[in-house]
Amino acid sequence: MTNTSTPGTGYTSTVEATIAARRAAGGGALIGYLPVGFPTLSESIDAAVSIAQSGVDIIELGLPYSDPVMDGPVIQAATQQALANGFRLRHGFEAVAAITAQVDTPVLMMTYWNPVLQYGIDRFADDLAAAGGAGLITPDLIPDDAQSWLDASERAGLDRVFLAAPSSSDERLVQAVTRSRGFVYAVSTMGITGARSDVDSAARVLVTRLREAGSTSACVGLGISTPAQVREVLEYADGAIVGSALVKALADGGVAAVSTLAAELAAGARDIRAAV
Amino acid sequence: MSSAKPSLRAQSGPYFGDFGGRFVPESLVAALDELSAEYALAKADPAFAAELSELHRSYTGRPSLITEVPRFAAHGGGARIILKREDLNHTGSHKINNVLGQVLLTKRIGKKRVIAETGAGQHGVATATAAALFGLDCVVYMGEVDTERQALNVARMRLLGAEVVSVKTGSRTLKDAINDAMRDWVTNVETTNYVFGTVAGPHPFPAMVRDFQKIIGEEARQQVLDLTGRLPDAVTACVGGGSNAMGIFHAFLDDPEVALYGYEAGGEGIEGLRHAATLTKGRPGVLHGARSMMLQDEDGQTVESHSISAGLDYPGVGPEHAWLAAIGRATYLPVTDAEAMDSLRLLSRTEGIIPAIESAHALAGTLELGKKLGPDSIILVNLSGRGDKDMETAGRYFDLLDAGAQQL
Repeated sequence: MTNTSTPGTGYTSTVEATIAARRAAGGGALIGYLPVGFPTLSESIDAAVSIAQSGVDIIELGLPYSDPVMDGPVIQAATQQALANGFRLRHGFEAVAAITAQVDTPVLMMTYWNPVLQYGIDRFADDLAAAGGAGLITPDLIPDDAQSWLDASERAGLDRVFLAAPSSSDERLVQAVTRSRGFVYAVSTMGITGARSDVDSAARVLVTRLREAGSTSACVGLGISTPAQVREVLEYADGAIVGSALVKALADGGVAAVSTLAAELAAGARDIRAAV
Repeated sequence: MSSAKPSLRAQSGPYFGDFGGRFVPESLVAALDELSAEYALAKADPAFAAELSELHRSYTGRPSLITEVPRFAAHGGGARIILKREDLNHTGSHKINNVLGQVLLTKRIGKKRVIAETGAGQHGVATATAAALFGLDCVVYMGEVDTERQALNVARMRLLGAEVVSVKTGSRTLKDAINDAMRDWVTNVETTNYVFGTVAGPHPFPAMVRDFQKIIGEEARQQVLDLTGRLPDAVTACVGGGSNAMGIFHAFLDDPEVALYGYEAGGEGIEGLRHAATLTKGRPGVLHGARSMMLQDEDGQTVESHSISAGLDYPGVGPEHAWLAAIGRATYLPVTDAEAMDSLRLLSRTEGIIPAIESAHALAGTLELGKKLGPDSIILVNLSGRGDKDMETAGRYFDLLDAGAQQL
């Protein structure tokens, strides 16, 4: 399959600009994941707004899906509960609109590919843009099979975040860098989402390889759960993505707890140069 | 044969028409590329073919027989019905054909651990068997619902040395077992090969599993020619993910005079939601790494399937079947739980062969087809597995187990 999309004409990614600004200020971006509809739709919106107000730079809003192969037990449990509560795709757009009405923080949706396909790729892109969303993170869509999304995101002016893995070949890293917009999602370890005591040293190598492939916006995700890990990752990466730890805080202690954790993580993302 | 018409047999992915591809996390792409490359080398290597062929002969018991079943066929309009006896393979079904191929490939790649998903337990048992034969570590993922209804197969796998993981997420059936196997593979891909059980999943699995199963049709095509002097009018098989059906269909794809029929699980009836009739009632979508037909709601959430047969209880289907349906080369029809169970009993009582409930779906469909095609017709049926594993389900269904049991 040929990839023929051209970089946007006049389009600037707010996600990319946010990450660049954080780098320029001597730190890096903190990207926080929460699923829509957990524990309820309104609480998920409140939680996303609160983590933004506590210092999360970019919100990754997950759409619950019946077969989430990249997710570990914490996120699986949360998204299954959201589905059991009656989550519908339209709630995703409602949530993006409600969040972006309250905070300026860019909101990327994270979704498995089939819901987008069924909704209609162009319709999905239009509705996401209309809701004020910045783009999509697609964990089970690789650029090789993504031509229609490349076209739709180009037309609608949306970011598209593809994944890069420690196992990816150099050619595939170049492809991920070239096709992504906003940032490249560097998978820290071979595995699925979930807190880990050590963030794999493979992440550092992967980010170095992404730099060689031309990336100026490489964010690391999977296994990051503490302010110290955020700080460590931002020594070499442009952003750190935290998911399961935030979801667990929300599950255990509600909006107040997730807001507190977000503030602690955000402190880890600032003034890296001073700390090192 | 017209030279203008491209061979349907030559399709080898990643796409079959609009179906197939790779919809997987980036982390798996390197492993899928490695598998594709190694498989291409193995396919061209006479030593690989010789080793697999020797295993088929001395371990599985191939070639499997064909058996004509006139007493059964009398209930199907008098058509000549011929069974391809995959039930006689070692481990009791066609699944061993694919597993031996993939385990030999695992050995070639140099990995020491295999994982597999299983629904009915047939693929899990076959994988555990091959892992024992080659001294590999083996973990089988099986939905909790299936570990309960196929408890004896769980015991078989454990006896063979495999670890059986009971999957408690989602609908706790085959689709969730595949999700967990994929999560394991993403995490352990450096040491582990995923021995996928059917012609679904990301490329190269649909084409590779088909290739390892196509021996069924290649043998049967010649066997039917030898027995009857001509090709059958129709070839039939049950379809869950679709590996036994692709296995017997493939040799006949370029014989336009041979009709191909796949029978899906109609469960309690396709008017409601309790069925697994993916090609009859599904829509195109992406599930488990490929674009194919699937049962889903308006939002693209996978809908839970239902079948009395654990092996057909799957909301997706292999992309090559979706393509064969789309181009009209094969026809797919639903068969209900009740129709399948009636045929299971009928074959048992008329021919002394107890089929797997999966295969009984093909038998039920074949009886109806026989009435349509008439007494001069010849129908080849893939009897994909034997019914031993289903005795508890059949015993309960027909009330054969307790003190007040029916004497049928």
